[in-house]
Amino acid sequence: MNTEVLAHERPLRRHHSRPELGALLAAVAVFAVFSVVAESFLRSASIGTVLYAASTIGIMAVPVALLMIGGEFDLSAGVAVTTAALTSSMVSYQLTAVTWVGSLVSLAVALGIGALNGWLLSRTGLPSFIVTLGTFLMLTGANLGVTKLVSGTVSTKSIADMQGFASCHWLFASQFTVGGLTLKATVWWWLGLVLLGSWILLRTRFGNWIFAVGGDAAAARAVGVPVARTKTCLYLGVGFCAWVLGQHLLYSFDTVQSGEGVGNELIYIVAAVIGGCLITGGYGSVVGSALGALIFGMTSKGIVYAQWNPDWFKFFLGAMLLLAALLNSWVKRRAERGPGR
Amino acid sequence: MTLLELTEVGKNYGAVRALEGVSLAVEAGKISCVLGDNGAGKSTLIKIIAGLHQHDEGRYAIAGEEVRLGSPRQALDRGIATVYQDLAVVPLMPVWRNFFLGAELGRFRLDIPRMRAITREALARMGIELPDVDRAIGTLSGGQRQCVAIARAVHFGAKALILDEPTAALGVKQSGVVLKYVAAARDAGLGVVLITHNPHHAYLVGDHFTLLKRGRMAGSHPRSEISLEQLTTEMAGGSDLAELSHELGRTDPKERPPT
Repeated sequence: MNTEVLAHERPLRRHHSRPELGALLAAVAVFAVFSVVAESFLRSASIGTVLYAASTIGIMAVPVALLMIGGEFDLSAGVAVTTAALTSSMVSYQLTAVTWVGSLVSLAVALGIGALNGWLLSRTGLPSFIVTLGTFLMLTGANLGVTKLVSGTVSTKSIADMQGFASCHWLFASQFTVGGLTLKATVWWWLGLVLLGSWILLRTRFGNWIFAVGGDAAAARAVGVPVARTKTCLYLGVGFCAWVLGQHLLYSFDTVQSGEGVGNELIYIVAAVIGGCLITGGYGSVVGSALGALIFGMTSKGIVYAQWNPDWFKFFLGAMLLLAALLNSWVKRRAERGPGR
Repeated sequence: MTLLELTEVGKNYGAVRALEGVSLAVEAGKISCVLGDNGAGKSTLIKIIAGLHQHDEGRYAIAGEEVRLGSPRQALDRGIATVYQDLAVVPLMPVWRNFFLGAELGRFRLDIPRMRAITREALARMGIELPDVDRAIGTLSGGQRQCVAIARAVHFGAKALILDEPTAALGVKQSGVVLKYVAAARDAGLGVVLITHNPHHAYLVGDHFTLLKRGRMAGSHPRSEISLEQLTTEMAGGSDLAELSHELGRTDPKERPPT
């Protein structure tokens, strides 16, 4: 039989196939700029602050990026964090239980929200934008409504003096000093989640399925990939991470404001897109989402250290998002284009 | 050996009768062609064989055992692989990830070097040389993608291969390449169902020809009993075409009586 050479190797293509490359360059550039203009930016205390800001976004950007690679959105991700914190706080307080009980109930609720999103998505066949917009509004309302019903105000009672608080605080809200650098617990959680998420995406069977359901759900289904189950698992991942961040908020501030979290869902999506995730799914990276979160952290704090007007933060971010989205779609077109064309 | 057999199979979508009384047998090492125009019921037939839809009437047997397939997974587990015209692969994923999609090596720890090597070898065995299996499969041409999908089915031990219009969107040269791999799959001992509306492509490789028309069988011929001309005429509509040519009634201007 004749042997046909289908394609020649093009080393350049390899680089284009790294979704986080753009975010890496941007992160280096942002770091360089603030290192020059803000002398306090490179102090270890500042680095700790920047990393903390990045981690509170990065913890959620990991599952949101995986979900986007799987082809879906979760607009309820921001308020779900608040729901997880409120649930934990109120259950512990009302039952006068060890705070771990509240946290475990909260975990069940957070996973339940994820399961509900996934179930609604697969049962209705509606776009996830609409489904999770619905759950976003419902959770926003329920957070306020239930909190007012239970505690009479818009915030929860302090649980700082309750049993188990110390150990929960240690796990979710303490800080550790490594080599002169003081890092919050969330930074470690973030690091762990990035490694785990990246492993899942690139080194497991499930990761292969994430790319496939986002890239072409019909093709994935045709070769036997359980599309609905894969997407539901991704929503469960969002639920789990919302729980982690929610516990952090609770145990570091003792009380929770029930109106918080609105708008954060978009920040997570922006971080994922800056990190190289395609809006249309099937392409992206977990490490990229971490770089996106890091850019967020560096910019929001760097502007303060540089004593610039913080109003420009969002402007910069929007410009960054547009650039990243353009770059991503260009990369996608290149990847999909046939050889020699 | 008969790999799969449909007997008088029918399918309704609500009040629409999509398929009625269709019989088809697929033998190992043979290519059975299903020909039909748009709306003849070809895709319904594929969906039944592939497990995407269930038949309402008749009998569907795989290796002699009657089945009702609930999902594409069940069809795959019984050795029936389907290569769809437009959704054979996920464009943005690398070739090796596509190759192993749904049959990955390792659950929590993919054996990536082995998956890459096996992909390269399996393609080479089918006569496809691809130096970089890391490139997105979308960068390959339509014919090349079909070939990868066929090689994948052969490698994963498919006994029967269902090909949905593999040459429909391709040029002459690309079609030839794909048909070559269809023949290679047959030589590897697979039973092939080749669905097409092109009698020329069908006749190049087919052992048996089943014609579908508006959801019914309009003919079933072994290769020995039909010529390409007959097949083309039947496919083009046979008596319908003769009627149409009469209705359009173009007469030679010279023969037209002077007005």
